[in-house]
Amino acid sequence: MGAVSVQALRGVSFSIAPGEYISIMGPSGCGKSTLLNLLGCLDRPTSGRYLLGDDDVSQMDDDSLSAVRGRRLGFIFQSYNLIQQLTVVENIEVPLFYQDRPEDECREIACVLAERVGLGDRLNHKPFELSGGQQQRVAIARALVNDPLVILADEPTGNLDSSSGKEILKIFDELNEQGKTLILVTHDPNVAERARRAIRLRDGEIETDVTH
Amino acid sequence: MSRTEPSSRPARAPFAVSFSRLKRAVRLGLKSLWLHRLRSLLTVLGIVFGVCSVIAMLAIGEGASFEAQEEIKSLGSHNILLRSVKPPEEQKVSDRGSQSSVLQYGITYTDAQRIQATIPGVKVVLPARIIREYVWNIDRRVDCDVVSTVPWYPEMRNHRVARGRFFTETDMYAEAGVCVLGAEMVPALFPLENPLGKHVRVGMDYYRVIGVMEPRGAEIKANGETADAKQAAHRMFIPLETGKARFGEVLIRQRSGSFEVEHVQLHDLTVQVASLEQVTGVAEAIKELMERTHKKKDYDIVVPLELLKRAERTKQIFNIVLGSIAAISLLVGGIGIMNIMLASVTERTREIGIRRALGARRRDIVMQFLIETVMLSGAGGIIGVMLGLIIPFIVTQAAGMKTIVTLWSPLLAFTISALVGVVFGIYPALRAARMDPVEALRHE
Repeated sequence: MGAVSVQALRGVSFSIAPGEYISIMGPSGCGKSTLLNLLGCLDRPTSGRYLLGDDDVSQMDDDSLSAVRGRRLGFIFQSYNLIQQLTVVENIEVPLFYQDRPEDECREIACVLAERVGLGDRLNHKPFELSGGQQQRVAIARALVNDPLVILADEPTGNLDSSSGKEILKIFDELNEQGKTLILVTHDPNVAERARRAIRLRDGEIETDVTH
Repeated sequence: MSRTEPSSRPARAPFAVSFSRLKRAVRLGLKSLWLHRLRSLLTVLGIVFGVCSVIAMLAIGEGASFEAQEEIKSLGSHNILLRSVKPPEEQKVSDRGSQSSVLQYGITYTDAQRIQATIPGVKVVLPARIIREYVWNIDRRVDCDVVSTVPWYPEMRNHRVARGRFFTETDMYAEAGVCVLGAEMVPALFPLENPLGKHVRVGMDYYRVIGVMEPRGAEIKANGETADAKQAAHRMFIPLETGKARFGEVLIRQRSGSFEVEHVQLHDLTVQVASLEQVTGVAEAIKELMERTHKKKDYDIVVPLELLKRAERTKQIFNIVLGSIAAISLLVGGIGIMNIMLASVTERTREIGIRRALGARRRDIVMQFLIETVMLSGAGGIIGVMLGLIIPFIVTQAAGMKTIVTLWSPLLAFTISALVGVVFGIYPALRAARMDPVEALRHE
């Protein structure tokens, strides 16, 4: 099981235990996105190490990084990043597409997850037919479909009105209670408050690292 | 670069892709092409027209050259054909003249004997006299070429007897009044009865029908053009000696207001050469011999083998021209496809980023775009093949031209169009795969 440790961004080093709920905050340009890209295996550190579980992600080649992203990580983006021409259920299936699972199994898992985020009646809608909150819930279902160790969320409530935002955050609370590790990048102090640990970055360095 | 594969992943060959992924990629590709139906259709038009025009043109060309070659072959590749022609000066005189004139021209019996006796390699000569006459059965009449010839005619000209028999040497030297009808004459003269054993009348003479020839298509005239079909179709064969005795050598032809008298011994002389290699040499020898003995150019020599070679050369040139047109149009089509795929990659940058973030490897992205391109050009190829098969059919129906669709031309055209998809799809697909996922996700 995964303890996550990173040495990045000018001597920044911390580790994350499984099941933690962490918020990363900081002003623009402080290195939040870079950190998230590194944590999400979208980028490799130029120097230093990133151990995800027992694997040294910083030494992996591109294909292996893809595999890690596909099997162990779930992404949630500020602008949802759903594929517009696919339906809700197809969007949820995308990560499984690259895991070589049997098709009917994929469909089943996707339907269960859509049900879980409250979109069981919207399976065949296209993203543009849904509200922002609904789209973000599709994205959450997609992030959960491969049963990841870590869920990375980049400003997940940034584009949502407060009530939709609250719904999303409620789902996050539930996920954390079920044992998922959540890493949340946000501007919003109200969102950060919900996390049990808050890391504040400034100029590429950790300013504070507080566990509530 | 010594990076270790994580133990959780099975080792794969560098470009191996599982079947289920391939299947899904195909479905995904179909969906995305279907989403932009009009664009896909327009993109593929270049390929469609390229493939279709190649198949159609090949079919028409093949049909035309097949007909030409059949005609030439029907003359016999071992044969050299000599025909009597009215010398040009004489023609002018007779055209102008309102008074009668006697023309003496053409191949003589002496020519035939000389060719047979002096030129080595000559196997048989086949003299023939051709007289245009009406052939009657009671009150039915057919305008016909009465051919006086020798018994070995069918064998030498690849023209077989369908019913009955051809006349024999005995018939010939007995000057027997027998004839063999061309197949096309039978329905006109004997619509309801069996012609064998019946008599037909030519002028004041009667001939017993002893055989009917097989039908055959249009023949080649001395100058290489196709004689008009009706004239060639109606032919009746009688023994040479019979013809000599009954028609004589002087032909009197009445025209409106004038009549002309022609003195022609042989209209037609076919020389069969023993082997194919000798044909050209013998043809040269005959040309020389004829030039020496005839003051005027009152004959014409056709060498079917040379015509055949020329036809084959023409066909080769035609195929090269076609090949270039095909190559150019497929190139243009391919560039069109590449252009659209590049635009599509840019347009779908974000999708690529999302897929990469969710676990797609580079080769998955390559495959996704490559499959789309190949399907696009493959579909273009299929549509092109279908159109290319329909067009020759329409041409045959509408213009009555013979067309032949060879099996390999649609196969080749389709294969090439699919290959065009691969070749012109690789660059856009690689470009899509090379994108940095972080950049791609940020793309608006």
